[in-house]
Amino acid sequence: MNDTNELVLEVADLHTVFTTPRGVMRAVDGVSMSLRAGETLGIVGESGSGKSVLGRTVMGLIADNATTAVSGSVRIGGHDVHAMKPKDRRKLWGPEVAMVFQDPMTSLNPVKRVGAHITEALRLHLGLNRKDAHERAIDLLRQVFIPEPARRMKQYPHELSGGMRQRVVIAMALACDPKLLIADEPTTALDVTVQKQILDLLASLASQRNMATILISHDLGAVEGRTDRVAVMYGGRTVETSLTSRVFARPAHPYAEALLASIPRIADAPHTVLRAIEGAPPNMLAPPGGCSFAPRCRLAQDRCREEQPQLREMSDGVRGLHAEASHLGACHFPLTEVTERQEVG
Amino acid sequence: MRRIALRAGELLAVLFVVSFGVFAMVTLMPGDPAVAILGEGHPKQDYVDLRQELGLDDPLLTRYWHWLSSAVTGDLGRSLVPPQGDVTDRILGALPVSFQLATMGLLIALVLAVPLAMWSAAHAGGLVDRIISASMFAILSIPSFLAGLLLIMVFANGLGWFPRAQWVRISEDLPANLHHALLPALVIAMMELALFTRILRNDLIVTLNEDYILAARAKGMPPWRIMVTDALRPSSFSLVTLMGISLGRLIGSTVIVEYLFALPGMGSMIVTAANQGDFPLVQGAVLIIALVYVVVNASIDVSYGYLDPRTRRVHA
Repeated sequence: MNDTNELVLEVADLHTVFTTPRGVMRAVDGVSMSLRAGETLGIVGESGSGKSVLGRTVMGLIADNATTAVSGSVRIGGHDVHAMKPKDRRKLWGPEVAMVFQDPMTSLNPVKRVGAHITEALRLHLGLNRKDAHERAIDLLRQVFIPEPARRMKQYPHELSGGMRQRVVIAMALACDPKLLIADEPTTALDVTVQKQILDLLASLASQRNMATILISHDLGAVEGRTDRVAVMYGGRTVETSLTSRVFARPAHPYAEALLASIPRIADAPHTVLRAIEGAPPNMLAPPGGCSFAPRCRLAQDRCREEQPQLREMSDGVRGLHAEASHLGACHFPLTEVTERQEVG
Repeated sequence: MRRIALRAGELLAVLFVVSFGVFAMVTLMPGDPAVAILGEGHPKQDYVDLRQELGLDDPLLTRYWHWLSSAVTGDLGRSLVPPQGDVTDRILGALPVSFQLATMGLLIALVLAVPLAMWSAAHAGGLVDRIISASMFAILSIPSFLAGLLLIMVFANGLGWFPRAQWVRISEDLPANLHHALLPALVIAMMELALFTRILRNDLIVTLNEDYILAARAKGMPPWRIMVTDALRPSSFSLVTLMGISLGRLIGSTVIVEYLFALPGMGSMIVTAANQGDFPLVQGAVLIIALVYVVVNASIDVSYGYLDPRTRRVHA
């Protein structure tokens, strides 16, 4: 069986709309993506760009209810997540898809031992008995490089450091061998020195298991070099997506360019002024008409404020490669074309 | 070890203060205990002799000291009013009744409150939640004597399911004892139920918004299991604290229920004793209630360590 090319995730025109007392919020506004086994997709954007809501809607943790409307489709391992009964959807959570959360200080239950966090999923989904689940959990802790795993099993989360706790959260997510892992800002709450260890651990576990990974982050440095493809989100939409190397080398969308320019580089001279993006992310309750980035964009023109740009192929250079390597952007005046025009002129 | 010793010292200090306060207040009670014993028209010499015998003419501190030094040996003196029994014996007769009523009432309230609160919290803001909340407020607003009377009328007098105005000791006949205790315990439970449900529901709603609940959901745990294994324990602090306070309070203040059902508990004993100027009995009873209160709340403090491992002190 060759499952290296198996399509693990297909998201088509996904919308997540919250009805809040202050108005309607389109947190995810028409996102499509797909992911194959072993592939890693980075989703980047500022706070409030809809990345976390996207991750949770993809998993089905956010689903239709009184105040939330989800439309479009999410297929994980062929299952239409949002068409399923909640009871059946829960059976996907663990064996098919799992999530690593942002803050390991709050995502572990303070009154539950480390071991119980991992064994309960093993017993529920895989039907293991107490003893087998225990052994398996110890093995999982070993795989995430937690020293003295047998002793850690009996400890409570507060007895572990932040990095150790995030390793436990990862072990918990990996317990039932998911085909897709969604890591939602997995290192944001951690010390810088620990961040790299956790990201590298996630990357190596994903490749060992041929697991598809979505790495949600506002930290472009975390995504660079660790993901195959990247999607840049702004105002609930994908504004640019392509191979990570391509987006980093030649961003097409002015927002992606600004985001890249705001990464501090070690090679920068001392006292280099940090380049922030002017303005604030759009108010999702009252988004601007046209392109949602237009109010902050250095290249914005009248058309940008009137007509919302759709995702389209940004450059001819990569055409002919398979579809997932294409370079899509949602911009009326993408940078690549501007540069090409300038080169011609 | 040091912590336990410290804790015990604290408890003793509380008991000391309470006992002195009660002793001092009882001496301020109107009425002369000697008159209470002798009745009207007694010879003057008897009166003087009795005051002498009871030590009523000694200074307050001396009297307190005498009382305290025998109290620590378990001798709380003798009741002044016929049948003039040993105060300790009287209390030992009444305390189990009150204790049983209070614990049964609290247990009934707890058994009903936990599922109601879980159900409410799981559907917070929904119809079920609102119905439960409204019923709880309705129950809370019924005075306990009225609720008691209604229960007696319907279940004791009307349907004849329960006896009334009798008490059977646990030691005599356990099933009969429970049969007799159920109705009064129910009246007590009603008052506590609304409070327990409300407190637990609110704490559960806060807990259900925690990240670790989302993480548990993301593992595919069924909602009821998350409620029981993940949410309940971290949400039960206020409830447990409240139960401790309620238990201590109920030991001495189930007077209305005791009167309604003619039960020989602490509450009615204290009220009678106070009316009759039977000061040794009042002092003894209040001291014992304070003792129960202090011990119950100390055990509640200890239970926090079980509820939340973060509060456990690491012993080197």
